[in-house]
Amino acid sequence: MEQFIREKIKKVKKGDQSAFEDVVSFFQSKIYQHCYRMLGNAHEAEDIAQEAFIRAYVNIHSFDEKRKFSTWLYRIATNLTIDRIRKRKPDYYLDAEIKGTEGLNMYSQMADEGRLPGEEVESMELQRYIHQEISELPPKYRSVIMLRYLEEFSLQEISDILDIPLGTVKTRIHRGREALRKRLRHV
Amino acid sequence: MECNHEASSLMHKYLDGDISNEEEKKLRLHLEDCEACQKHFRELKRTITLLQSTEHIEAPANFTANVMNRLPTEKKRMKYGRWFKAHPIITAAALFLIFMMSGVFSAWNQDSELVVSKQDNLVIEGDTVIVPEDVTVEGDLVVKNGNLVIKGTINGNVTLINGKLIENPIESEGLMASAGGVNGELKHVDQIFEWVWYNLKNLFRSIFAF
Ligand SMILES: [Zn+2]
Repeated sequence: MEQFIREKIKKVKKGDQSAFEDVVSFFQSKIYQHCYRMLGNAHEAEDIAQEAFIRAYVNIHSFDEKRKFSTWLYRIATNLTIDRIRKRKPDYYLDAEIKGTEGLNMYSQMADEGRLPGEEVESMELQRYIHQEISELPPKYRSVIMLRYLEEFSLQEISDILDIPLGTVKTRIHRGREALRKRLRHV
Repeated sequence: MECNHEASSLMHKYLDGDISNEEEKKLRLHLEDCEACQKHFRELKRTITLLQSTEHIEAPANFTANVMNRLPTEKKRMKYGRWFKAHPIITAAALFLIFMMSGVFSAWNQDSELVVSKQDNLVIEGDTVIVPEDVTVEGDLVVKNGNLVIKGTINGNVTLINGKLIENPIESEGLMASAGGVNGELKHVDQIFEWVWYNLKNLFRSIFAF
């Protein structure tokens, strides 16, 4: 798959816009999910995820082909989400209810569709709970925890994506794990 | 071993795959004796399992199409270029047709006036264009419906359409043979087909240049 993406990027660099469509299609759910988990709501997630792909396209010539494209793309997306979080009005940011409600709506909507036996509804509740706990972590812990356990990057790759030293990644992962341990231990 | 700090630091090292054999042994020995740390370690591992069990979300429908619509428009040059490359014969045929319709052929027949591409210091005598001895023309020179005498120098290509190059009289006598010259290509266009071809090439050049 790396090779497939590499070929497409070469074409995009030569100005072939249609090759970029395959790149977007391949990464769309990963990047959308990353933005959704970082921002906590679907509307902003779609907006920022789209923006990330557009930035990648416009700046494709600054992408070093010796590196991994996914790392570069996640970096753009992460920076955009962090920018967006900073620009939020303080009351929006502190209002955990908004995030909670978003998640609740999404999951209860799915549960309402009536196809789900009790056990799955329960697991949905658990999912909702876990996501809410992640979303309440400060962004710098949230991003490393997500990249490590939801998106399965190595510590070194996370260091590349966030452009922070490996030691800092480890410290944040340790603290993020401890914070979540305390929040999830009663589950 | 101190429970709060050292043991938990070893646990995290273990979870990151950073632990040495010796440290691992130390951690295991401690866990055998310390229930609080056992619990702590179990909780950490369970937290990771819970995180990894979360479902993945899909991007909304039409996500890719929406991104593609928001991209800055591709440079026209690339779009046309790609199309022309894919359809060379159609392109040539279409351009030929355009020329027929835009009157290139009639221009060939009707237009017999002397035309010289704009250059300074050229002398025109009747239907003959002369590049004087002490003149150096910078750039390409096109002469249509006239003859050309080169005594000076042309730093560029020369195109003669429906006319000919008159050898420099001095040169033909064998004197000052190096006095006049063209530092570029010299092209004669005398046939109607060449005339069309010449225009086609120019059009191609102007299309691919913008
Ligand atoms: Zn202990």
